[in-house]
Amino acid sequence: MTAFLTTIIVLFIAVAIWQMVKIFDLAQVGNTNSQVANDKDNTINGYLMIGFLIFIYVITIVCFVKWGDLPLMSNSASAHGPQIDNLMIISMVIIFIVQTITQFLLHYFAYKYKGEKGRKALFYADNNTLEAIWTIIPVIVLAGLIIYGLFTWTSIMNIDEDEDPLVIELYAQQFNWTARYAGDDNVLGMANVRLIDIDKANVLGIDESDPNGHDDVIVKELHLPVGRPVLFKMRSQDVLHSAYMPHFRAQMNCVPGMITQFGFTPTITTEEMRQNPDIIDKVAHINEIRVENSEAVEARGQDLRYEFDYLLLCNKICGKSHYNMQMKIIVETQEEYDAWMKEQKTFKESL
Amino acid sequence: MSAHADIHAHDDDHGHHHKETFVTKYIFSQDHKMIAKQYLITGTIMGVIGILMSMMFRMQIAWPEEPNVLFEALLGKWAPEGVMDADIYLALVTIHGTIMVFFVLTAGLSGTFSNLLIPLQIGARDMASGFLNMVSYWLFFLSSVIMVLSLFVEAGPAAAGWTIYPPLSALPMAQGGSGAGMTLWLVSMAIFIASSLLGSLNYIVTVLNLRTKGMSMTRLPLTIWAFFITAIIGVISFPVLLSAALLLIMDRSFGTSFFLSDIFIQGEVLHYQGGSPVLFEHLFWFLGHPEVYIVLLPALGITSEIIATNSRKPIFGYRAMVASILAIAFLSTIVWGHHMFISGMNPFLGSVFTFTTLLIAIPSAVKAFNYITTLWKGNLQMNPAMLFSIGLVSTFITGGLTGIILGDSALDINVHDTYFVVAHFHLVMGISALYGMFAGIYHWFPKMFGRMLNKRLGYVHFWTTAVCAYGVFFPMHFIGMAGLPRRYYTNSAFPLFDDLADVNVIITVFALVGGVFQLVFLYNFFSSIFFGKKAEKNPWKSNTLEWTTPVEHIHGNWPGEIPHVHRWAYDYSKPGHDEDYVPQNVPMKDGEEELQH
Repeated sequence: MTAFLTTIIVLFIAVAIWQMVKIFDLAQVGNTNSQVANDKDNTINGYLMIGFLIFIYVITIVCFVKWGDLPLMSNSASAHGPQIDNLMIISMVIIFIVQTITQFLLHYFAYKYKGEKGRKALFYADNNTLEAIWTIIPVIVLAGLIIYGLFTWTSIMNIDEDEDPLVIELYAQQFNWTARYAGDDNVLGMANVRLIDIDKANVLGIDESDPNGHDDVIVKELHLPVGRPVLFKMRSQDVLHSAYMPHFRAQMNCVPGMITQFGFTPTITTEEMRQNPDIIDKVAHINEIRVENSEAVEARGQDLRYEFDYLLLCNKICGKSHYNMQMKIIVETQEEYDAWMKEQKTFKESL
Repeated sequence: MSAHADIHAHDDDHGHHHKETFVTKYIFSQDHKMIAKQYLITGTIMGVIGILMSMMFRMQIAWPEEPNVLFEALLGKWAPEGVMDADIYLALVTIHGTIMVFFVLTAGLSGTFSNLLIPLQIGARDMASGFLNMVSYWLFFLSSVIMVLSLFVEAGPAAAGWTIYPPLSALPMAQGGSGAGMTLWLVSMAIFIASSLLGSLNYIVTVLNLRTKGMSMTRLPLTIWAFFITAIIGVISFPVLLSAALLLIMDRSFGTSFFLSDIFIQGEVLHYQGGSPVLFEHLFWFLGHPEVYIVLLPALGITSEIIATNSRKPIFGYRAMVASILAIAFLSTIVWGHHMFISGMNPFLGSVFTFTTLLIAIPSAVKAFNYITTLWKGNLQMNPAMLFSIGLVSTFITGGLTGIILGDSALDINVHDTYFVVAHFHLVMGISALYGMFAGIYHWFPKMFGRMLNKRLGYVHFWTTAVCAYGVFFPMHFIGMAGLPRRYYTNSAFPLFDDLADVNVIITVFALVGGVFQLVFLYNFFSSIFFGKKAEKNPWKSNTLEWTTPVEHIHGNWPGEIPHVHRWAYDYSKPGHDEDYVPQNVPMKDGEEELQH
């Protein structure tokens, strides 16, 4: 019944707007004798152009002041993170300058040269020098950005096997993550979804005859020792997923039928990050919001209090529960990591 | 060839000898002006559906836990007790994207204005093949009907995102929408592509063969250049999507393994082996990226024409404008990989695609600067079409600039598939192309329907839309940079994102207000068709040939001979003439110099 009533109300509002527009429309009959803009229209819209320019500037400033600290998410937590953040800031500054100037020229000209009856525009069709200038300037700026970007990209994607990275498999399925550590030998056992045997708890399809797999460790929470390079090997058992670790500026798709990889070095432990003043502020702010909405939060079955943790999110549409496909990441000291690892069962033990 | 000869036969008897019935005139019409109107009306209806969907899923994002009676009324079983289901959320997002990109901004925009303007502006009696043109529209209509019908499938409409990446789109057990809903989606798109190809071939042939005397390629209005190049990109890239769709149909229904391999789902191993989803991504984006320009170039062409006319000035740098269209078209076919930086393809390819992608900024910058210079020292007539054109330049700049970030593979790692992307492409192709379409409608409505749109309603429409478009998409960049992924049914599973909830509410409010104000346009549009003020022959004092035709539509466009062309389309405010415009069919005066462009 409420649904019906509300639908009716929404319909009434739409009809009301329609009718108001109609009245507005009819009220003009005889008022104007042309639907072509006259000097009055030109003047009003010219001023509105300036108003709109101000609106664009205001919305830019408001966004930066209110939400400008969000993008940085208070510091990256990986060795390559600052490279990306630097490039991002440089790009943002360039964009900001170009945006401010071009929007000004566009809207200011629209105001300044608003039409007047009897005035004639300047017949000005071409100027090769001007066009050369605004071709060459973008060329130079972009050349700089391209070169900087390519160096950054290459250094991020180039994985140095000599550094002895910790090898971890990230295994995606609808709708959760599993991690597999390569164990003492740091070599992952061969695996294929065809070897999955639920009865024997071989959920990742590890080849039982491959000795490299015997010491592999399968867990549902990702622990990383700080300062040691990590090489992730991604796999998916069903559809595309994407392993997105925004705090570490890391992302790679998980593709069924192939193994993809991404490597980085975590630089800040979870504990250290929680002590970061920016993060303390952010967490306090989030907790305020959660207290305000405590009913809704509890209805979801979540803890009211939020504590900062690194996260692995799924960032490629993968079905119904895509929005809730996550895994906690804990960055800790080597000793804590070793202690944690000791408690885990190897693949062979778990069979 | 016969069509060509037929068209010339009209020259003698003014093309009045056809006896037209209601069916041949309004339904199975072969007249390009009627077909343009059919495209426009169908596109508008699809647009209303697409925008309504976006309003619904925006409400879900802003108020995720709250039951909404609108959902209950409109979604029925998909919103038990008014709470939207996660599957239907993804379906709404998917169908919104499909409808807006293909049905509104490709067919609705290009179909309408290419059909209307190509023959009228180049001085032709009709399209090269009126029959193919009719078939093209009806295939489009059929595909629209199938797409709308797919919304009512028992297991739900397609819900794998408008990019329909397999395996999600290939396996009914992965998602309800990947069953019959996806089958209908693929059938609809296959028919749509056939329609688009027939249309494009027709446009290309018409522009190349049927230009009137004196209409050299360098005298073509920029609208025609844009439609012409768009059609060429379409012919090059749409068949690749068709092949991707056909291969996907094979995988889905006939057990092949083009895109699938090693899949374990719901407790069983599937037989697929050796395929790769990455192959699908390559095929999809080989169309998908040029598609952005198929949507955008016609809008830019329309804008060039309208800005010149309403500035009463020649378009600045005609040659550079044509060159930049060509450059964009060429580059658009070699940048698709920037959608796949983190797809698992070789990182070296990422470097190549970063390079080609960022190059596109150069011709785009030239276009933006040329538009701004065209305004300089003009005598701007602020008609609604002009406002939408200026608005387009504004959103094209704002949206285009963030492309520098997304096209850079290193930066894309962190913002890929977040709301930053959503904000970027909505501004640069969604809103810009929509503005181009609105501008075109306001400008050529008199030509299409013989009546004028109400300008004041046009002003209300533009300013509310302009404010709301920025209100929606500007803050969206920031939640994207904060790491919020797109296509999340609700963000409440992550306390990390709780502080973004208020931004999402603001965005949704702007979206709802902006959506509701489109009613002003719909009212203006439909009432003006019947009750608008009668139009003059050349209301905007424009130079192009379509304004030399009579207001009443006749078959064959010109009652007498087709006018000959003596100059380019942009002799506005030319010294030595009394009026501030000199139509293309006016012969050169003695001693008057044609501009070397």
